[in-house]
Amino acid sequence: MVTRLVETPSQTGGPYVHIGLAPHQAGFDIFENTFGNDLASDATVGERITIVGSVFDGSGTLVRDALLEIWQANAAGKYAHRLDPQDKAVDPAFRGWGRTGADFDSGVFEFHTVKPGPVEADGGRVQAPHICVVVFARGINVGLHTRLYFDDEAERNAADPVLASIEWETRRRTLVATRSERGGKTFYTFDIRLQNTPDGGAETVFFDI
Amino acid sequence: MTIGEFVERDFTVHPPALTPDYKTSVLRSPRSALISPRNTLSEVTGPVFGANELGDKDNDLILNFATDGLPIGERLIVHGYVRDEFGNPVSGALVEVWQANSGGRYRHKKDQYLAPIDPNFGGCGRMLTDRNGYYVFRTIKPGPYPWPNNTNSWRPAHIHMSLSADGWAQRLITQLYFEGDPLIERCPIVRTVPTVEQVRSLIAQEDPANHVPFDARTYRFDVTLRGRRATFFENTVPGSSR
Repeated sequence: MVTRLVETPSQTGGPYVHIGLAPHQAGFDIFENTFGNDLASDATVGERITIVGSVFDGSGTLVRDALLEIWQANAAGKYAHRLDPQDKAVDPAFRGWGRTGADFDSGVFEFHTVKPGPVEADGGRVQAPHICVVVFARGINVGLHTRLYFDDEAERNAADPVLASIEWETRRRTLVATRSERGGKTFYTFDIRLQNTPDGGAETVFFDI
Repeated sequence: MTIGEFVERDFTVHPPALTPDYKTSVLRSPRSALISPRNTLSEVTGPVFGANELGDKDNDLILNFATDGLPIGERLIVHGYVRDEFGNPVSGALVEVWQANSGGRYRHKKDQYLAPIDPNFGGCGRMLTDRNGYYVFRTIKPGPYPWPNNTNSWRPAHIHMSLSADGWAQRLITQLYFEGDPLIERCPIVRTVPTVEQVRSLIAQEDPANHVPFDARTYRFDVTLRGRRATFFENTVPGSSR
């Protein structure tokens, strides 16, 4: 049998993950150019949206030290990566990636981005618009991967191959963000529950990707 | 799709989510099994970072926060290779590190440990691996520190490391420990790793041949990320248009 190397084991990001990944939030500035939660510049093509949410533990308590990253396609459904074979336009003003910490007081995280277009899947199928999300924090030994879908894309969501791979239809709802409009801006609210919570919140679906 | 999917993650070499001796994991671990879909384009692609986004001293923790002098502590160089499970170099990966200072104190507004802040030490750095998957950074050796798990729990000296490589599925955060530290085997966070072999893979080895005389000692730490399977044949359904 061909042997291969073994993946380096994961360890928790710990409570001070911000020092390395969001130093401003830890309380100091060090790099000229920091990576943040604003994915869209003025030149970026697409509908501007704000993702807002919180992470909750199994007691329903806010996880105020969570660090989140997102990865998404552009408004045309194309990833800014050389291996994306789709015949769609790259947006030079969109990397598709961002990170932020939950606020230490409110526990709220935010991303400012554009709504992604649908992405192709195997067998001629199409994935519903979605954003890949990963959560790191103290107490989380291996980063938790999930996906954010949009509640105003019901028809596409119904045909999405990844959502369909979740056998329990009731659990699929935990991946669907809720659209709202405030002050002329579009928000999608996406709360993440690490376990079922006492107030009836259902554990978010997490993926082994 | 002609892109190779990643080899599935072998969870037997990673900590499980629920590790009760590391107490915070109890309420922060999912109770349902992870769902395992096939990779799509979303998982096999990932963010790309450019060298022009990083500063000259981003990988030099000895100098990147020094204002009126050098930080206090053991001068270290840490270097190694990032490769995938098939041994291929992982180039262009963003490697980010963060750590406490020589006394075990973090520059973080939530750290209240009585050991003092070092005014000349920030404690974070970052770099991109080169075409051989090689990275190098310079720092001060972090000190152990106490933390509220049991009443008298102390973390071994460690450096946190984050890797963003070619595909989203390779995203990894881990911790690097130092050869010979007696705190390693007693640490509840280290002990979340299920096998002795895998704990060993988190321990940087002293690399005396690469010490810099009268300047810095050197440690070697290699990282393995998930690999892509080869795609020998296109996944085309006979008679379909694709």
